[in-house]
Amino acid sequence: METKHLTCIGCPMGCQLTVKMKNKEVIEVTGNTCKKGDIYARKEVTNPTRIVTTSVPVNGGDLPMVSCKTKEDIPKDKIYDVIKSLENVCIDAPVSIGDIIISNVCDTGVDIVATKNVCVK
Amino acid sequence: MNYDLVIIGGGPAGLAAAVAARDNGIQSILIIERDKELGGILNQCIHNGFGLHTFKEELTGPEYASRFIDQVKEKNIEYKLNTMVMDISEDKIVTAMNKTDGMFMINAQAIILAMGCRERSRGALNIPGFRPAGVFSAGTAQRLVNIEGYMPGKRVVILGSGDIGLIMARRMTLEGAKVLAVAELMPYSGGLKRNIVQCLDDFNIPLYLSHTVIDIEGKERVEGITIAEVGPDRKPIPGTEIHYDCDTLLLSCGLLPENELSKAAGVAINPITSGPIVNDGLETNIDGIFACGNVLHVHDLVDFVSQEAANAGKNAARYIQGQTSNETKEIQVKAEDGVRYTVPCTIRPEVMDDNLCVRFRVGQVFKNSAIAVYFDNELISKRSKQVMAPGEMEQVILLKKKIEEYPNLSEITIKIEEA
Ligand SMILES: Cc1cc2nc3c(=O)[nH]c(=O)nc-3n(C[C@H](O)[C@H](O)[C@H](O)COP(=O)(O)OP(=O)(O)OC[C@H]3O[C@@H](n4cnc5c(N)ncnc54)[C@H](O)[C@@H]3O)c2cc1C
Ligand code: SF4
Repeated sequence: METKHLTCIGCPMGCQLTVKMKNKEVIEVTGNTCKKGDIYARKEVTNPTRIVTTSVPVNGGDLPMVSCKTKEDIPKDKIYDVIKSLENVCIDAPVSIGDIIISNVCDTGVDIVATKNVCVK
Repeated sequence: MNYDLVIIGGGPAGLAAAVAARDNGIQSILIIERDKELGGILNQCIHNGFGLHTFKEELTGPEYASRFIDQVKEKNIEYKLNTMVMDISEDKIVTAMNKTDGMFMINAQAIILAMGCRERSRGALNIPGFRPAGVFSAGTAQRLVNIEGYMPGKRVVILGSGDIGLIMARRMTLEGAKVLAVAELMPYSGGLKRNIVQCLDDFNIPLYLSHTVIDIEGKERVEGITIAEVGPDRKPIPGTEIHYDCDTLLLSCGLLPENELSKAAGVAINPITSGPIVNDGLETNIDGIFACGNVLHVHDLVDFVSQEAANAGKNAARYIQGQTSNETKEIQVKAEDGVRYTVPCTIRPEVMDDNLCVRFRVGQVFKNSAIAVYFDNELISKRSKQVMAPGEMEQVILLKKKIEEYPNLSEITIKIEEA
């Protein structure tokens, strides 16, 4: 049996969760105050995901950089791959919120989209 | 120049206040912003986690700001960018300056203060050693990385576990820097739980509680940092030093409401929040001058900023339309036993909203405790909370109906008690 300790991020309480696992299966979650903590713990130990945010340079814009994000969450272990795939990316102004910067980034099925409007200089 | 309402600051507070004032019938509104764009600090907060309460989805800072900027534009609310307010007077004359108009004055019927806050500087922290390059406030680093696209350093130590520092620990790690440690003077973190998990734990960055920076090496540029544990007296304990070779120190040691303008106008400031003392309508001691957002008290969630600002906008509209009178009775709201302050500080039962939200922070971590509300000496409500920490804002709702049952009420006290 394996035990993992987590902090629930579901609300400011930040309950300290203990997850008991056997053969990669969750046996028991304790320490949570509400159902949300249980759901969070099960996902976090089996399939943790995150939204990744960063910014990329813009050509000819009124701002030098445009912020962007993965449109949905991606597996946590792909965070660095996603950042790497943006390394040499530079896009042309104008940019609008929601514009796709990279589609299906690292085969996650998720697009990277702009989160800011940048006008032409 | 004459405007019914002048709003100082075009961040989330100023924007939401403007929208609410327009929705409540005010036509002549001017927002003044010193930066080159609207949105305030949100423009550099490119991470997600904004707007969960308001929009039921997780937005990034710029996306959240754009929802309000769009409303301001749709409603044709006037704004001036690259314009700095230099002075406001008690009789509500606003003096501002920009490159095209030079110095100019505006007569306002009402003013909303929405200037936000600034970071505590190193001077306020008293770290010994030289002042080499490579020491940045976390917010400055955030601006450099996210807006200018410039990385301040490669090996980083962060002092202070406020949210900006935590967010920057992750941001700089993703951009290829090595974040060696976060040191926090207090025995608890000042940041949100979520940020500790997703910005430090995710990247195995150690957080040292009850630690501080005791030495900065390097003359031209930072070359090394030494941290040490502190005792209950907050003095370093010999023998606990940890040394890091690094080129950058980020300071994330809290925010201070920016109230130089307010003070010069004679607005009374609460020494605990460093923000104005306000009543339930978010009006300061000067009639017709209102405050909201981080200039009033430091917020961690922008949703609460927008709610508070909408309230300020609505009340400023009422004031301009002559719907408020100063002849109403005021009840003091007192913060005691673990509650550091409350916003508002006074309420006017005759004109207050039906459900009034009183926000506050606690002074230390409380476990298995309760928030108690007293009307004079009578306990009115008690709500248990498993954990309360200074880093998270708390609230109680006061009902007008309930207050009306106590015609002789003189003060309301909010305190922390055993559950
Ligand atoms: C790094 C960081 C991370 C955060 N993360 C989150 C998060 O994940 N989720 C969340 O909900 N909230 C978060 N917040 C909190 C939220 O962003 C703030 O509470 C909110 O932006 C405050 O809004 P404001 O309008 O009061 O202040 P600001 O956004 O600071 O706006 C004030 C504006 O006033 C202008 N101004 C000041 N003085 C003058 C003058 N004299 N003349 C003209 N203009 C002036 C400034 O230029 C600025 O644009 C974060 C805050 C920071 C700093
Ligand atoms: S378990 Fe429930 S109460 Fe505890 S932190 Fe998670 S969401 Fe909040």
